[in-house]
Amino acid sequence: MSNDAVLHGDAVVLPHSGVHHGEHHEHHHHETFITKYVFSQDHKMIAKQFLITGMVWAVIGGLMSVLFRLQLGYPDATFPWLEDILGKWAKGGRISAEAYYALVTTHGTVLVFFVLTAGLSGTFANFLIPLQVGARDMASPMMNMLSYWFFLAASVVMLSSIFVETGPFSGGWTAYPPLSALGDASPGSKTGMDLWLTSMALFVVSQLLAGINYISTVLNLRTKGMSMTRLPLTIWALFFTAVLGLLSFPVLFSGFILLIFDRNFGTSFYLSDIFIASTNKALPNEGGSAILYQHLFWFLGHPEVYIILLPAMGMVSEILSTNARKPIFGYMAMIGSLFAIAILAFLVWAHHMFVTGLNPFLGSIFVLLTLLIAVPSAIKVFNWLTTLWRGNIRFTPGMLFAIGFVSLFISGGLTGIWLGNSALDIHLHDTYFVIAHFHIVMGVASMFGMFAGIYHWYPKMYGRYMNNTLGYIHFWLTMIGAYLIFWPMHYEGLAGMPRRYYDYSVWESFKQFAELNKFISTVVIIVFAVQLLFLFNFFYSIFKGRKVTTLNPWGSTTLEWTTPIHPGHGNWVGEIPEVHRWAYDYGKDGQEFIPQTQPVGEHESHH
Amino acid sequence: MSMFFTIAVIVLVFLIIFQIAKASEYVSVLKGEEKSRKQQNKVNGFLMVGFLVLGLIGVYVCNKMLYGKTLLPHGSASVQGEKVDSMLWVTLIVTGVVFIITQIILFWFAYKYQENDKRKAFYFPHNNTMEVVWTVIPAIALTVLVVIGLRNWFAFTSDAPKNALQVEVTGKQFGWIFRYAGKDKEFGKKYFRNIDEANSNLLGQIWDDSKNFDDVVVTQTMYIVKDKPVKLIIGSRDVVHDVGLPHFRLKMDAVPGTPTTLWFTPKYTTKEMKEKTGNPNFQYEISCDQMCGNGHYSMKGIIEVVTQAEFDLWMAKQKPNYYAAFPDKDPANQQPATPAAKDSASTAKAPAATEKVKM
Repeated sequence: MSNDAVLHGDAVVLPHSGVHHGEHHEHHHHETFITKYVFSQDHKMIAKQFLITGMVWAVIGGLMSVLFRLQLGYPDATFPWLEDILGKWAKGGRISAEAYYALVTTHGTVLVFFVLTAGLSGTFANFLIPLQVGARDMASPMMNMLSYWFFLAASVVMLSSIFVETGPFSGGWTAYPPLSALGDASPGSKTGMDLWLTSMALFVVSQLLAGINYISTVLNLRTKGMSMTRLPLTIWALFFTAVLGLLSFPVLFSGFILLIFDRNFGTSFYLSDIFIASTNKALPNEGGSAILYQHLFWFLGHPEVYIILLPAMGMVSEILSTNARKPIFGYMAMIGSLFAIAILAFLVWAHHMFVTGLNPFLGSIFVLLTLLIAVPSAIKVFNWLTTLWRGNIRFTPGMLFAIGFVSLFISGGLTGIWLGNSALDIHLHDTYFVIAHFHIVMGVASMFGMFAGIYHWYPKMYGRYMNNTLGYIHFWLTMIGAYLIFWPMHYEGLAGMPRRYYDYSVWESFKQFAELNKFISTVVIIVFAVQLLFLFNFFYSIFKGRKVTTLNPWGSTTLEWTTPIHPGHGNWVGEIPEVHRWAYDYGKDGQEFIPQTQPVGEHESHH
Repeated sequence: MSMFFTIAVIVLVFLIIFQIAKASEYVSVLKGEEKSRKQQNKVNGFLMVGFLVLGLIGVYVCNKMLYGKTLLPHGSASVQGEKVDSMLWVTLIVTGVVFIITQIILFWFAYKYQENDKRKAFYFPHNNTMEVVWTVIPAIALTVLVVIGLRNWFAFTSDAPKNALQVEVTGKQFGWIFRYAGKDKEFGKKYFRNIDEANSNLLGQIWDDSKNFDDVVVTQTMYIVKDKPVKLIIGSRDVVHDVGLPHFRLKMDAVPGTPTTLWFTPKYTTKEMKEKTGNPNFQYEISCDQMCGNGHYSMKGIIEVVTQAEFDLWMAKQKPNYYAAFPDKDPANQQPATPAAKDSASTAKAPAATEKVKM
């Protein structure tokens, strides 16, 4: 399906240039439908494959959140149509607890890994790295292609897990053992969990193939004159993202391997002292530690947050600067703060584990390191704000989402200061405060970064524009909706309302929020509908959007806008342009913008 | 039918929005794309400042509506929790000020510096002084928060006072089991393979250990004493659970195989809290805060905070679990009786005991 949709996107493709420099071959190699749209090795097509697969997952994952929000908002109501679509999972029109937990778990897994990791950095790393560093393709186009197909395989396995009889995995996206290790403790931990682990293992392979490719491309395939400090911030962000992924996904994988052993081969890495009431049996395992898994998981799990966030930060920096018609403020500080965040990302994982019985002294170290991250984050925010100051701002839909990103990043980032402090986390841990925090700062903010990127680079991807008016409606309703959904959740969290509860009505301490939950669920449905509007805009514009008529529609300095409107495989016709300056000469010496390819003039001022 | 109707309405709304959007594209072609782009820019610039104003009002209204529903207005029910609350306020002030200033700047700049033919963007790539200032200020603010936080953290995680009441809390799918050490103030040993629900041995107490003879095991409701520190020794029988104590502002995971501890001093009895909150149904609830299976949401425990006198009275009524497991050892069953009668007494007792613990 993903490929059908982009089928005629590049209806008019300019003659291809070969991969050899300089020589201009007409149709150097013949492309069939299969090599062009299905097993394509062109980074731009692979990017679109990632994007559209990610969108399919975003719809599935989003729809799941709508379903479980129905249960949270209207716990007493019955919806007969739910039984029609979910069958035994919604007997009598009410989602069962089992189905609720399966939905929550799959929503989390899919959104974090398939949408915001594969869909976001998969799309934009693939699309932007060769175009912005000035390369004809990735260092290894073949591995790049494999990376997509491993992702698709992971997707198929994950999707199939929804249809097994005992249901998909339902123990939360973090999959803590023993719950995830014992089928007798939860039906979702039977076949569903096997499929979940298989899918995630395939996904890790996909991420590693992709990451190593991104890194080697950025390091080795930059065009002449493109020194590291002339790279656009998008590339820096994507580079750090790839490094994070490459170093942390293998650790997650090792955690999963041990879990597979515990599940299937009778080992006791994570299991000890367990008596299962449903079978009335004590398990033979002794000596394992359930906490070990949490360490291994969060050693990826925390960098994962930045794997999701950094690409969005990079794109937002680029889009803010382009549309404010001003250089990004503090370019070197932006790189420095990305670097600091990337390093610190590896040193804070245990802040997810303050209340696991972690040694308090160790906990205090993690408090310090966690709150340290606020410093580079603050630098980034102040730099973005200063970039807007005395600019000449054009509100393209991409720009709106970039500004929205900054707003959400501030809101969600500040609550990180609450949760990173163990003495507050001891009250707020695993409550709705956490839900509000990470949805705003990681979920919605990164989604905004992704939207910004899609709107901004759509003309380059498809040679057409998306409809602006729909873009504006999409932005404003999503922005308002996102705050209406997640802002009030902070209050639920302050009351200690735990996350992952199917029903709050029997809880004297939490049932006062029934009205609020109804309100939030209603907004969720509207916001989801608005996203369908975006999808419609996206697919409609591929075929019918306004055509791009100029090479550089946003007046941007970076290299991707020097390629033809419909770049073929190899990107540039003829030689790859040489770069003479950094990516942010906007408004310099009274000029609107100076492309990176323009040599430095004799009388040009220094900055 | 209503379902069909709803879908029809949604589709219709979509179509209308789409038609408007399409039309606006044609209009912009007619009007000149540059001109209509500038108009759209003005509209969005205005919306930016509109969003800011309405957003800040929204924050205020939201607070007014929801603050009363949080547990904060009644204050913390534990001495330790007061520190959580006070730190929460300090953090709120620091982050709140930053939030308001930065959001105002963001949307105000977006509005003020929207595209204007008369203005040229100011080429301003970097300024070291500014960058140093806004690196140092957050660093100082965070240091303050870290210092306050860690001082409290070490207070929370310090050793419990010697006189603390000790309660062993064990999570299982899906409920809580509490054990009191009894007169000897020491818990007997336990081993998970000895767990035998049919014979009232929920925790796997080792009956060879005489310290177990006076240990009291109850489920559902835990009794603790006002103003007396209580130390919870937390464990789990199956998967990871979490002892969530929202009113006391504390929580700690229950991990199988690895005991954890948590101590606090309750400030108000349940009765006092009923008056304080004006809610006659008030209960201190233990919520499981770690996903533990399909019954996670129903894993509720109750804490009854009582005075020392009430506690002693309650404790006097409890029978050691040993007697539930071995009814013939129960002094209450030791009256001279015919063997047959003794037998029937013990069989009658056993189901009652299991019923009690199954709660």
